[in-house]
Amino acid sequence: MSVPITLLGLLEREPSHGYDLKRDYDTFFGRGKQLPFGQVYATLGRLARDGKVIAGNAEPGDGPDRKRYAITETGRHDVDSWLAEPVEPEPHLQTVLFAKVTLALMLGKPAEAYLNMQRAAHIQRMQQLTELKRTGPLVDVLLADHALFHLEADLRWIDLTSARLNELAEAVKN
Amino acid sequence: METPAVPASGSLIEARGVFKSFGQTPALRGANVTVGQGEIFAIMGPSGSGKSTLLHCLAGIFTPDAGDVLFDGRAVNAMSEADRTRLRRTAFGFVFQFGQLVPELTAADNVALPLLLNRTRRKVAYKTAETWLDRLGIGDKGGRRTGELSGGEAQRVAVARALALAPKVIFADEPTGSLDSLTGEKVMDLMTVLAREQGTTVVLVTHDARTAAYADRVAIVRDGLVSAIDRSTVTASSSAAAKGVG
Repeated sequence: MSVPITLLGLLEREPSHGYDLKRDYDTFFGRGKQLPFGQVYATLGRLARDGKVIAGNAEPGDGPDRKRYAITETGRHDVDSWLAEPVEPEPHLQTVLFAKVTLALMLGKPAEAYLNMQRAAHIQRMQQLTELKRTGPLVDVLLADHALFHLEADLRWIDLTSARLNELAEAVKN
Repeated sequence: METPAVPASGSLIEARGVFKSFGQTPALRGANVTVGQGEIFAIMGPSGSGKSTLLHCLAGIFTPDAGDVLFDGRAVNAMSEADRTRLRRTAFGFVFQFGQLVPELTAADNVALPLLLNRTRRKVAYKTAETWLDRLGIGDKGGRRTGELSGGEAQRVAVARALALAPKVIFADEPTGSLDSLTGEKVMDLMTVLAREQGTTVVLVTHDARTAAYADRVAIVRDGLVSAIDRSTVTASSSAAAKGVG
């Protein structure tokens, strides 16, 4: 998650203080990992320097920064461009699952047992996410859906790879 | 032979070393499953793995070639055909991929029909049907012919029909197979929530992992054998299925 573009997007709704931006970021995008205040203000400072936001005058009140920030036309353009770009389809599997299966086969270790363990772990995670969907707010439901579809794709890959293990074992030995 | 995980609650349905072949083709090769009272239990597996055959054996629709299927401690495979039919009609509810409703009848007729066959008084049967259609969120569709309903609505009628009988077990074969993701999710949500409220056990077959994720436990059928996955413990790794025994 890119913090600068997300803060810009939040500012496109309406001019806001750093505190409000942090609160909204944590609520919608933090997912348990809060954005430090320092990072919020450092990011806003860079965005102001680059002409993507304008900082208003300091307002009286507690806290380190009581400036209200507003998005500029350049900032809006950045948000539009970002929204118009598809995310790079990441080949998640090739990083860990693929490496584990291939190495297991290369080392003559039980790749199928590993795949079965992985399948079980995936299904358990899907059960947890499904439970979360039943009780959580819609924002959590959408995020859980995204995770569920990815896990489902992994599971299909696991099934297909299980069916191809003998073939794959031959390929990695040669 | 594999060692399936045992449910936390007592066993309600059990397959013990079930073999079933169609001609020369074996579908189940000593499958063991234990489903607990009130449990939502999913059976997954690739095409041709034997998952639907297992469901049909558990529901007393197929008779195993060898092994036993126990329901509430009674051997279903040893019952007469008449007793099995009675058991299916009174203790089991069914939800299939395409609902298997009577399209010329209204939603209320379809839900009331199995109750009428079980000699429930007509007035009571239709009152029960109305209550269940309401609970499935389609109370306003009772007078519509099921052939005119959308896939999601028809499947909710099928769930209402299954639950209206107050069965001990609902057997569901690909209940979301013909539905889009969101509609499928709603049907699964309603079915599992209402089944839990009633204490009804659900055994469902699905190829869809997202549907299976509604279950308390998931069994994977491969090559006619079963390994079960608990919500909290991974039990698949040591099973015969995990070792690819066929």
